[in-house]
Amino acid sequence: MAETETNPLRRPLPDGIVPEGEVTRTENRWIAIVLGMLGVMMAVIVVTGVTNALHPPSNVEIIDPTTLHLGGEFAESNLGTAAEPDGSVTVRLIAEQYNFVPECVRVPADTPVKFRLSSADVIHGFLLVGTNVNTMVVPGFVAEVRTSFNALGDYRMPCHEFCGVGHQGMWAHVNVVPKGRFPHLSTTERTSCVQQ
Amino acid sequence: MYNSRRLTLYHCWVAFALFLPAVVLGAWQMLMRSPLPPPLQDPNAYYLSVTLHGTVMAYVVTTFFAMGFGYAVTATSLGRPIRGVWAAWIGFAICLIGTVMAAAAVLAGEASVLYTFYPPLLASAWYYSGAFLLIGGSMIWVVLMIVNMAAWKRDYPDKPVPLAMFAITATALLWAWTASGVLVELLRVLLPSAFGWTTLIDVGLARTLFSVTLHGIVYFWLMPAYIAFYTLLPQAAGGRLYSDTMGRLTFIMFLIFSLPVGMHHLFADPEHGVGFKFLQSFLTFFVVLPTLLTVYSICASLEIAGRHRGGRGLLGWIGALPWDEPMVLVAALSLVMLGGGGFGGIINMSYAMNSMIHNTSWVPAHFHLIFGGAVVIMYFAIAYEMWPQITGKLLRSKKLARRQLWLWFWGIMIVTIPWHITGLMGQPRRVAVFDYDDPLVARTGPLVIISVIGGMILLLSAILLIFILVRSHFGERTGEIPLRYALAVNPPAHVPSSLNGFALWNTILLVLMLVAYGYPIGQFALLKPHSVPAYDVTSHSDGGGAR
Repeated sequence: MAETETNPLRRPLPDGIVPEGEVTRTENRWIAIVLGMLGVMMAVIVVTGVTNALHPPSNVEIIDPTTLHLGGEFAESNLGTAAEPDGSVTVRLIAEQYNFVPECVRVPADTPVKFRLSSADVIHGFLLVGTNVNTMVVPGFVAEVRTSFNALGDYRMPCHEFCGVGHQGMWAHVNVVPKGRFPHLSTTERTSCVQQ
Repeated sequence: MYNSRRLTLYHCWVAFALFLPAVVLGAWQMLMRSPLPPPLQDPNAYYLSVTLHGTVMAYVVTTFFAMGFGYAVTATSLGRPIRGVWAAWIGFAICLIGTVMAAAAVLAGEASVLYTFYPPLLASAWYYSGAFLLIGGSMIWVVLMIVNMAAWKRDYPDKPVPLAMFAITATALLWAWTASGVLVELLRVLLPSAFGWTTLIDVGLARTLFSVTLHGIVYFWLMPAYIAFYTLLPQAAGGRLYSDTMGRLTFIMFLIFSLPVGMHHLFADPEHGVGFKFLQSFLTFFVVLPTLLTVYSICASLEIAGRHRGGRGLLGWIGALPWDEPMVLVAALSLVMLGGGGFGGIINMSYAMNSMIHNTSWVPAHFHLIFGGAVVIMYFAIAYEMWPQITGKLLRSKKLARRQLWLWFWGIMIVTIPWHITGLMGQPRRVAVFDYDDPLVARTGPLVIISVIGGMILLLSAILLIFILVRSHFGERTGEIPLRYALAVNPPAHVPSSLNGFALWNTILLVLMLVAYGYPIGQFALLKPHSVPAYDVTSHSDGGGAR
């Protein structure tokens, strides 16, 4: 197409080429359509949120990161997978520059799993592909997410929040084993798949 | 263009001069995290680079461009000189000093905390001070926009404020509201720690304050593009704006709806309960409204232009549009990217679906498509439109400009489509190197390589942009084309005061912000002590330690 160096002087369009009433009428119709779309989207979010109990991790629970390892819930002896009386399991992990403790977690399939994590230093996070598990791990707080694995095997568990220059090396694993092959644990026993 | 010409030119040149090196960094980062051998393989350099790329693109380029565009719009839409030019130059100097301070700190390796800061990581005080000066200095611009609009209203009490001026003032107000989050975070949390006055950092508070900024800032970036959609595009296409009222409503809605929603960036954070996450997710949906109204107005305006140029039939007007005008071409490219980015955004802000993609490559894919694509490509077109006005030289050439815009479009597409997919495959973002020997990671390899090709196309396009701007600016073909704004099909004789000012809307916004953020921010004063030690990234090259 020929290069035009200036805007050609075009015949100016007259005022009111579309009558005011028509502009208003068509716009109102479009607004109604848009509001309808919004209504549907919001309904989907509310209904799925309520019926499937799809909630992001939101327990506002405080913990002191400087004394994390000295005792209490995140003492080293308490980390890993614990069996609960109701048949579910709880996994406790510490995230720190630049690894998760323990680095390999074993959980049974088709069982309610509760992850509880806290950070010993800066912000971390993790996700497990193909599940709803995706949380930030913020120092000073405990992050809790619940899920249930129906596929067996090894899940990669990367730290997904920038935590310093060693961030790229911070990967752990979650190993999902058949329910029958998961060890029977007493209330004080903890298990993991870290190579001794 | 009265007295704003040099102001606009200097602001634009700072923006574009820093834009090019930031694109170079981005291209290198893509190589670094790909299976291909990069020229430099160093994670430290990678995080430094990500920090600089983010800081320049998110704070420097956008703020300088918006300020420059704002001064141009003020003078040309009001048709008179700007008041307070001296203050504008002081603001320019403060912002520039801030930029240099922050960039120097990052380059010295003293501030690899990414542009989102991530406390309790703690960077050099130079970085935070620089950021504070840059963002704080731009508040002079905000005041000047308000002052100029108010002065014009006093002088012409019976006339509606021109839409372009109304919109740029909405942009300035939006920026002031949204920047308050990061400014308070810097003053209250980060600077006291960086200066060594405090040793503990309230991470929850810092993250929540930043979330106030994190969504509104995106709309601050977007607003110049929307102003061009409403006021420059119909003119460039040879038509009229479909509706002036809808334009005003759109900018008012952006001001109100883009602010009380930032907590959708914190869905995965443990320091907030479900109630306010749900509320803000709900409020976020309303942001869709002004965007969809704009798409309608723009298409209707273009249809008027196309039919006027002889287009017939249901879709015949599309072919009749002057596609050789960069502004017309870019609008179509931008709307395609806006559509894709908007779709992804709805997933991000959805309370539950966010878990699928939070902090995966999907997220940078989303904002590179919508900001790096839909918005930045409009910055290019606006620059091409303004250039003859502010330099007094003709653009050399429109043909080259069209090529540059097409390259950018394809570059963004080739970068972001693979990123969306690798995000769904679980690839985390902000990771310097991946172990492609791991079979699960290796699956993403081919897609990552494709995206690198897109990155190189973007780099080529950015070089071409600078080439066109320099060649036009220092060329010999003089000729000034004034910046003209589209008239509405039915120009408003007068508009209600609610559509001619912001007092009412600021009040409503204040109430919304108190409802949406009052408790989420206030809770940190009520919670038991929860502050944690800062982790200085400056003292040790191995990532620092508690101080």
